[in-house]
Amino acid sequence: MSAAPTAPLASPTDPSQVELPAPAQPMSGLRETLHFALRNTKLLFGLSITTALLLFAIFGPFFARHGPLVYGSDLALRPTTHGGHWFGTTLQGQDVYAQFVNGLRLAFIVGAIGGGIAAAVAMVVGFTAGYRGGAVDEVLNMLTNVVLVIPTFALLLVIAAYLSVRGILTEAVFIGLTSWPWAARALRAQTFSLVSRDFVDMARLSGRSSRQIIFREIAPNMSSYLFMMFILLFGTAILIAATLDFIGLGPSNTISLGQMMQLSVQNAALQLHLWWWFLPPGLAIMAIVGSLYVMNVGLDEVFNPKLREM
Amino acid sequence: MLRYFMRKLFVYGLTFFVAVTVDWAIPHLMPGNPVLALMSRIQAQDPRVAQNLYQHYMRAFNLDLPLWKQYWYFWVSLAHGDLGTSITQFPASVSSIILHAAPYTLGLLLPAILLSWYAGNKVGALAARRKVLDNSALPLSYALTATPYMWLAIILSWTLAVVWHVFPVGFAYDPTAIRSFSWAFISNLLYHWFLPFLSLFLVAFGGWAIGMRNMIIYELESDYAHYLGALGAPQRLVRKYAFRNAVLPQITGLALALGAILSGALVTEIVFSYPGLGFQIYHAITNEDYFVIQGIFLFIIIGVLVANFIIDIVYLIVDPRTRIGMEGGRS
Repeated sequence: MSAAPTAPLASPTDPSQVELPAPAQPMSGLRETLHFALRNTKLLFGLSITTALLLFAIFGPFFARHGPLVYGSDLALRPTTHGGHWFGTTLQGQDVYAQFVNGLRLAFIVGAIGGGIAAAVAMVVGFTAGYRGGAVDEVLNMLTNVVLVIPTFALLLVIAAYLSVRGILTEAVFIGLTSWPWAARALRAQTFSLVSRDFVDMARLSGRSSRQIIFREIAPNMSSYLFMMFILLFGTAILIAATLDFIGLGPSNTISLGQMMQLSVQNAALQLHLWWWFLPPGLAIMAIVGSLYVMNVGLDEVFNPKLREM
Repeated sequence: MLRYFMRKLFVYGLTFFVAVTVDWAIPHLMPGNPVLALMSRIQAQDPRVAQNLYQHYMRAFNLDLPLWKQYWYFWVSLAHGDLGTSITQFPASVSSIILHAAPYTLGLLLPAILLSWYAGNKVGALAARRKVLDNSALPLSYALTATPYMWLAIILSWTLAVVWHVFPVGFAYDPTAIRSFSWAFISNLLYHWFLPFLSLFLVAFGGWAIGMRNMIIYELESDYAHYLGALGAPQRLVRKYAFRNAVLPQITGLALALGAILSGALVTEIVFSYPGLGFQIYHAITNEDYFVIQGIFLFIIIGVLVANFIIDIVYLIVDPRTRIGMEGGRS
């Protein structure tokens, strides 16, 4: 984009209308957002790293020349072009590159599903509690507080320990079902502040149902907030999954980034200086979660005019 | 005041009840019989022996009773502090395992939580509105808070312990050291304690610094700060008031962050073979020692509830508004 500030470029097809003060509020709002978004270095930085890693997760496995769990004959090999072991091999001869891209994929899957479920539960609980108020609010608030206080990681530990076969989906679902409370709380407060506004009263007077009001009137007014909430839940889900996997409760029959770290520690990779085994998985998680956080700050600055001049 | 506490205590009581119920229910909900799993581990060849063993275990774990009675006995034994017996460390009771491991975990957690909170708040407050510090401390904080706990532990262990030999690779003290209340032993303990502590401290620090920086900026933009400034108050005074207001959400945040830092401590212990609760859980998981897992879960629940209650009280002491607000009966 050129350095010129937002000129009224929203020209309709008819040239005679160009001079009119365009009242197209949503259009100019979107343009304004885009204008600031494309100039926000934090957003662009976070977005490009996340996108790069996502592309790597999608296409990386196609370039792996070995299965992630296949034991090869080259043991504890340094990163090399020999035999396609670009990231080296583990102590048992498994290809680190194949494990890494596989784990990267799983991380994004866990983030998307776990974060998505957490966001959905948070929206249902938060909107309902904030919109209904009264006894419904009391009950939902109590539920939120209970789940908030329980150290959910310990809960996940006990649940996962008893599962004989663990899948990536069950892991993501359980993470989603336990990580929503803070988001629900924030949404409830936001909903409270919107419910008493005039446009919600208007909608109510016009006979709309509660669900319509919530999803047509209230939710769109905090769409940016909802999006940022999802990003944070996405990152948290990845971190929780990595921790669970590291403690030995990862999915069976596949290998995640957390499990890579677990196996490397278990096989004394630190003492044997097999750095190519334990550095990439943690670095990838840090890069994904960190870039998501930075992206979130950037989005906040874009959506919140108060923060822009900084 | 009383009503506020009753409400809080009710939530904590309910949480405890739910947690204990879940802890009891999970083994019963899951497919498979834990005794059968135990039997397959023992691998009794003689069918008669196997039969007797099976019945013995069913009685020993009260599995032959109706469900409600099992549930009731679970509470009764819990009230007696009886969390069962470890299978791998037989005949050690789960309570004794926890009592041996908990001091190590608490010794890591408490200093890490308190010091990271203090340092993070200080640095965060300094970073706000100070460009140089902001541009260096903030990206670092984001990197730290996005780092998985075990990975930072791995990095520190590899660089400082394995490559440069500055710190020991693991364990709580040298295997040759004699346990005594002497300076030699205590310094040995501290020497082994430092790296796991540092690892926990750094990750937690990042989160607090970011939170404080954002809160301070928010407070400095608020009306009272502008008003104070317009009255001609020195910048230092304005910042002081902003800091006081910004600390309050950080105290609430402390309660929210407990779970995350606790899970961090568990995995950090695994990396350093530090004999705390995390190390015990790891061994229990790899050896399918379920009573230990369940017992540690309950211990963690109780610990977190107590910590939450302490934070509530601290919040009351620090924020006069809650105290006054509660006199009116609002929570």
